[in-house]
Amino acid sequence: MSRDMSYAGVISRKNEIMKKTVGMDYGIFESGSIAFDYERMMRETGYSLSEIQEIQRSVGVGNTPLIELKNLTALVRKISPKGKGARIFIKDESCNPSGSFKDRRAAVSVYHAEKLGYKGVAAATSGNYGAAVASQAAMRNLKCIILQECYDSRKVGQPEILEKQRKCECYGAEVVQLSVGPELFYTFLKTLEETGYFNASLYSTFGIAGVETLGYEVAIQCREMIGKDPDVVLITHAGGGNVTGTARGLIKAGAINTKVVGASVDLSGLHMASDYDFNRKSFTTGHTGFGIPFATWPDRSDVPRNAARPLRYLDKYVTIKQGEVFYITEALAQLEGLERGPAGNTSLTAAFALAMEMDEDEVIVVQETEYTGAGKHPLPQLSFAKQNGVEVKFGNPDEEIAGKNIILPQHPSMIKAREMDLNKMRKSYVKNCIENTKVQSVSMKDVEFLSEDTKSSVENIKEILTDMGISIV
Amino acid sequence: MARKGEWVQVHQIVLKPEERPAHLPEDTKKVPLELWVKGFLNHDAEIGDEVEITTLTGRTIKGELVEINPKYEYGFGEFVPELLQVGIQLRSILKDGECHE
Repeated sequence: MSRDMSYAGVISRKNEIMKKTVGMDYGIFESGSIAFDYERMMRETGYSLSEIQEIQRSVGVGNTPLIELKNLTALVRKISPKGKGARIFIKDESCNPSGSFKDRRAAVSVYHAEKLGYKGVAAATSGNYGAAVASQAAMRNLKCIILQECYDSRKVGQPEILEKQRKCECYGAEVVQLSVGPELFYTFLKTLEETGYFNASLYSTFGIAGVETLGYEVAIQCREMIGKDPDVVLITHAGGGNVTGTARGLIKAGAINTKVVGASVDLSGLHMASDYDFNRKSFTTGHTGFGIPFATWPDRSDVPRNAARPLRYLDKYVTIKQGEVFYITEALAQLEGLERGPAGNTSLTAAFALAMEMDEDEVIVVQETEYTGAGKHPLPQLSFAKQNGVEVKFGNPDEEIAGKNIILPQHPSMIKAREMDLNKMRKSYVKNCIENTKVQSVSMKDVEFLSEDTKSSVENIKEILTDMGISIV
Repeated sequence: MARKGEWVQVHQIVLKPEERPAHLPEDTKKVPLELWVKGFLNHDAEIGDEVEITTLTGRTIKGELVEINPKYEYGFGEFVPELLQVGIQLRSILKDGECHE
């Protein structure tokens, strides 16, 4: 009998397909309610930090340079009140084989796939992760399929995504390109079922553990260069893996006083599943369209339990505007001689703004850069925005409306990190937990889990639950 | 005319508008979910024909033939003169010692 390949039919086999293609059973970490044993899941299904360092070293991933951005720091000090202007350092992750920190995630996933005997790997991603998986699969002689959400209904595609298609194909991967829509996931499931390849999910324990080396290296390199831990580490926040992995690595290095700050590009007002809006945004990742939904409901991902849980680690979450990132990308090239891709500079932009408020003896580390080139550069991205009716001009970034205009700041002092209310996000996360598990009451174990999973007190969680009319038994 | 063995791109409709799930924005719901993939053509054909290809991973896929030796058409785009001003401004702030306070 043939299998039901309709949308509903394939989605109903989701758990069965995932179990086969991630090679692990998530059930053993479940409590049957909201709580699950996150640390046990990370410990028992992942690899130790030293094993990951070894895996990454063997494929040329990691140990990227940490560079002090002296001219950018000098610029911040010129436009800040006396005594303000923290030192800014950047971790040059573009030095990884495929040009971004995503190699750290892919290295572990693809190693694991090979170890378990899978013939190939598949991933659904339009961004740097696809290139990273393709590159790692090439190194290990595994087959590779990357699925991209790529075109709108006119077959017009973002130059950045088209460049990623080329890069994956040049590593020998098969690239399946789709038009706009969340049913990318349906096609992904069908592909996994047909091929039996390993699901190199961005959100598996392996993928997240792979980023821990990044946070660890930041702490160690900082100590070597300036004799102390960074005061703040700035991390571009999308699906949450970058924040989670880096923060875990900092903790493993003992940098427990370093503040973890996430930054996303503000794309509020644009619908991520809209055919019309698709080509009116200039950032395809690192934006609020991923950052907020994934922080407030991480288990929406393509694995039963997402190993990326940003609220667990964030001390602060800020947003910045598209025009500000393009401006800072130019600044990095013109003042520091580092031409890098815009998406990776999301956290640098926020760092620039925060440095203006911090003291001169404080240190900010921006933990990534990404490669740049045709399609993936401010020139094609701004030119593409103009072609799609988005106005590009100088002005006050506060007036930028995503999809309508891109405002390059009239002066660098206008660049701002706009703080999001983390407690509001915690409430939203708790609400999503209740709605998705459909429980009427929760146990103290659930409360403790929610407290850990949101980096907030047990009292705060109790208050949120009481306000929702949920009893604690 | 495309010959057997040539590198081509094919197109499929994965879901017709009425087959797409209900929770989509209106504009997306009106259009089909489409898919493009590349591979080696399994038989001679013309553009627009329903064909069969073998992809790089060895999968057999059917679809409408849309392009032979599909090219990468993006680049650095039209020049964006606004960007020129950023470096000029920043270098002058650094050199002239502009101060906020």
